[in-house]
Amino acid sequence: MSVEQHIKLPEGSIEKTTTTLNLGPTHPATHGVFQNILELDGERIVSAEQTVGYIHRAFEKLAERRPLYQITTLTDRLNYCSSPINNMGWHLTCEKLLGVKTPKRVDYLRVIIMELSRISDHLICNSVVGVDSGAFTGFLYVMQYRELIYEIYEEVCGSRLTTNMGRIGGFERNFTNAAWEKIEKFLAEYPVVQKEFENLFTRNRIFMERTIGAGPISAERALNYGFTGPNLRAAGVDYDVRVHSPYSSYEDFEFEIPVGSTGDCYDRFLVRNGEMWQSLRIIEQAYRKIQEFKGTEADVYHADAPAYYLPEKKDVYTKMEALIWHFKIVMGETEIPPGEVYQSVEGGNGEVGYYLISDGGRTPYRLHFRRPCFIYYQAYSELTKGSMLSDAIITMSSLNLIAGEMDA
Amino acid sequence: MSLTNETIKERLKAKFGDEVSNFEEPYGLLTFEAPKDLNLKVMQFLFDDEELRFQFLTDLTAVHYPGQPGRELAVVYHLHNLQDNIRLRFKVFSPIAQPDVFTATQLYASANWMERETYDFFGVNFVGHPNLKRILNVDEMTYFPMRKEYPLEDQTRIDKDDAMFGRGPGGIVSPIDARAGESVAGQAGPLNTADQGGPASQEMRAGQGADEVKPQ
Repeated sequence: MSVEQHIKLPEGSIEKTTTTLNLGPTHPATHGVFQNILELDGERIVSAEQTVGYIHRAFEKLAERRPLYQITTLTDRLNYCSSPINNMGWHLTCEKLLGVKTPKRVDYLRVIIMELSRISDHLICNSVVGVDSGAFTGFLYVMQYRELIYEIYEEVCGSRLTTNMGRIGGFERNFTNAAWEKIEKFLAEYPVVQKEFENLFTRNRIFMERTIGAGPISAERALNYGFTGPNLRAAGVDYDVRVHSPYSSYEDFEFEIPVGSTGDCYDRFLVRNGEMWQSLRIIEQAYRKIQEFKGTEADVYHADAPAYYLPEKKDVYTKMEALIWHFKIVMGETEIPPGEVYQSVEGGNGEVGYYLISDGGRTPYRLHFRRPCFIYYQAYSELTKGSMLSDAIITMSSLNLIAGEMDA
Repeated sequence: MSLTNETIKERLKAKFGDEVSNFEEPYGLLTFEAPKDLNLKVMQFLFDDEELRFQFLTDLTAVHYPGQPGRELAVVYHLHNLQDNIRLRFKVFSPIAQPDVFTATQLYASANWMERETYDFFGVNFVGHPNLKRILNVDEMTYFPMRKEYPLEDQTRIDKDDAMFGRGPGGIVSPIDARAGESVAGQAGPLNTADQGGPASQEMRAGQGADEVKPQ
């Protein structure tokens, strides 16, 4: 057998001056299952084409056959770095449709949980930006505090990553003392860690040179591309769902929205750090507000919504009505009032929206998730055009792309 | 200079007359409908008007209503005016036989993937879209799965060999038994009795010989 038979070049491949590189679907630098088909000229990116859908699980279709409370588990699996925010967003959507009014204490408990998840989400994103620029230390260091946040989740709802936390109307149980102790520990210890984390990166010459000017976007383009959350704010637009359409009593809290100007990786990093400080501020305020509740109010952890909120087990065994509600809720036999509702919350990486249509049946007629990173990932090819391959990697991690959310 | 639902409604009525209709405000969100040929004109007007400035596309999706002949597919846009912080929802209806709707990609870059997703799941043909192909599903798919004629697979169907996932022909099996190659027909589990009766399941069951499923 001669050599010529082995080497068969496709037509035109000699003339081709660029290289095609498949970055993903399983690549250590993609932090998730998605693919980028890059056209490279040396190490410079000529064009990028994104392929998504590798972990599509048809949540919207599944939701059409589930009673409301069973959809919470689907929302966990969207942005799994901050599942409680998705859970709370879903409960808020249901409450809006059903007209359930939650007590203030429930709102504040939710705010604590949502802000903790925001911190854990940003923590991962920012430390991974560090990893991709060659600094592993920060990532390992802050993991300890993400662990503490997960322990708080565990005390509140029993699980850590896919939390399925809360119910329509509030929480399944009151926060335990252990949960409060852990929250106090977090509030006391975390600021020092956050400061140290920032010291590692913010003025680090290598980090700055790697991130400044990498993957920038203008405010105008960001808006046109449907950016929301920290990525939009890094471009200089102060849009935040918590302020623009307050939910869960966010209007009672004092906080600022950090904004950047250039929309590059460095600004996104700074905005996320700033937001973590603001989240801490909000948690502290919520903690103090909760301490102020006295008497029976201090034990409230759910709204009075018998048709949707599971009754206490001891009532189920002794009271007829509670038994009926329990059965109807568990079997998914409560009719949802007809209506059409859109509710959004400020998720870890942008506006997480739920568009729910009910025709009066027991399951949603249609449910659509507005997944922020699915929408802003489109801009990736524009963000990376002409940049170096290593900048493309760092841009990808600093956009906080979560495959679970992208593919729903 | 705060914009209200009333003002938006008046401006739209003044511009498009009776073409825009069905104004509603469910949960405070202005909702209306326009003919599908006018969708771009309406959006362009909402985008360019100095007072309205709906320049942010929050969400784009579709809904399938099989019970409305000639208006089966609704394309739903959620627009947001960030300066005045007001949202609106706007729908166009299209017959399922010819689901052509103009693309919004010229106005909003974000519409690109959202329209691809809508095409992927509902088969809405966005006229003028630069790259209208499937995005989340496989390219080889020949149908549009979010339409109502495709029910979810019946959890209790028994014609499928899913032994690796704990379900064999005849009911629930443990993967160990299945691997050992033992007969699994006698182990029909509780899932078989809890039939939810989707149309797919009945079809499958009808097509099955009685001797294939051994009684317990």
